[in-house]
Amino acid sequence: MKTLRRFNARAAVVALLLTCAAPSVQGTSIIVASTTSTEQSGLFAHLLPAFEKASGIKVKVVAAGTGQALDIGRRGDADIVFVHDPMAEERFVADGSGVSRTAVMYNDFVLVGPGSDPARAAGADIVSSFKAIFSARTNFVSRGDKSGTHAAELRFWAQAGVDPLTTKAAWYRDTGSAMGAALNTAAAMNAYVLTDRATWLAFKNRRDLKILVEGDSRLFNQYGVILVNPKKHAHVKAQAGQSFIDWLVSADGQSTIASYKIGGAQLFFPHAKK
Amino acid sequence: MSLIVDSALEAIRLMASGDARLMEVAQLSVRVSGTATIIAALIALPLAAWLVQTRSAVRAPVVVMLNACMALPPVIVGLVVYLLLSRSGPLGALGWLFTPNGMIVAQTVLITPIIAALARQTLDDAQLEYRDLFGSLGLSRWQSVATLLYETRFSLLIVLLAGFGRAIAEVGAVMMVGGNIAGETRVMTTAIALETSKGELASALALGMVLLLIVLVVNALAQSAKTWIGRRYV
Repeated sequence: MKTLRRFNARAAVVALLLTCAAPSVQGTSIIVASTTSTEQSGLFAHLLPAFEKASGIKVKVVAAGTGQALDIGRRGDADIVFVHDPMAEERFVADGSGVSRTAVMYNDFVLVGPGSDPARAAGADIVSSFKAIFSARTNFVSRGDKSGTHAAELRFWAQAGVDPLTTKAAWYRDTGSAMGAALNTAAAMNAYVLTDRATWLAFKNRRDLKILVEGDSRLFNQYGVILVNPKKHAHVKAQAGQSFIDWLVSADGQSTIASYKIGGAQLFFPHAKK
Repeated sequence: MSLIVDSALEAIRLMASGDARLMEVAQLSVRVSGTATIIAALIALPLAAWLVQTRSAVRAPVVVMLNACMALPPVIVGLVVYLLLSRSGPLGALGWLFTPNGMIVAQTVLITPIIAALARQTLDDAQLEYRDLFGSLGLSRWQSVATLLYETRFSLLIVLLAGFGRAIAEVGAVMMVGGNIAGETRVMTTAIALETSKGELASALALGMVLLLIVLVVNALAQSAKTWIGRRYV
């Protein structure tokens, strides 16, 4: 019994030392700062093995809102940014943080809300739906995190002539959270929320939420990819990064994007401009 | 209720199948938080020992500060370490942002005050008890402290476990500094946050149960180490 105890303690010490000493293997790898929608929808888990097989380059994804992802790139902490806010992306390139923007793919935003639709927001026109939500003062969950989805939502409020931030109204819930967390909040409150379709399709905790508005051309959600400027940050792996961008817009990359489906539904649509 | 049952079944299934990704994530959690605990102990225990024997005027303010720093918010520690390790920050050349090394730094900063503050109080309490004895033996201040460290070793082990528990349970610092990169810097807590974001609540809860089990095993190992040492030397 005593020897057994002694063995246990020694094994514990050995196990502890082993776990501490395990080295992390470093091959060629790049860091991609991207958005929660591409990560949480499972797109990267589908896309990256194909690229890693084709190129031997390992891709590490840090998922944040578009605003934070661009900031990570601006500080030089990523080699690539892969986000969905074209206007912010143009600014990122214009201020010298990025080399150039390449369109990769799109999906669309949808307005989801309670199946009973108390605000009668269902329809084909996103701006009149936002007006209906405002008139009924039904709960609306906002990302409030400077993400691409948040930027789109604020555009629709502006087009509806409503400024929800200055009204400080109780119906407008500024959650400051990622897409999935905002969907969890909306499901729990039975509230309206604007989401990208990919995260919605992959989201499992829907409760009573349903798609109420889709198909409006203004709901178009475009994703771009940008190499962080190696002239500004010398450590950026420009060559490996560029080969990732080249692969994304290649026939191979584009068809891999198109083949990602959940329950038969396609999540992202190839959109590379050659 | 069905959610909890589903999660428990999922937790059992994950562990029984030895799911490779789960093992990787669990191992990284233990490695990062274990290393952080060891480094924090190497800083905190000498600091506590110094505080116990010193008559310096800075003693009282340092003690108050350490006690207050037990409440350091992980997300603030994460943000500060993120800014330090960022390529645009002072330690950017290390390239430690979004790596396990960066996460170890953040957790070390987070738990060093906890270990130091609790260890200092433990040693102070013991000193009250032993002071007369040490005086009659004519021990020097540092000899007394060495004796105190030895005499309170089991209490100090619990202090280290408290530090380890804080480290392995926190999500804010490792999320910010590690970036939750799959296969690289994803640990149990950030994996739980991600599953919750996906609305996979059963899966998130299952991971939570696995995390609790890991902590239980570490504590059981510590307890058996204590018993073993106790039988052998006391």
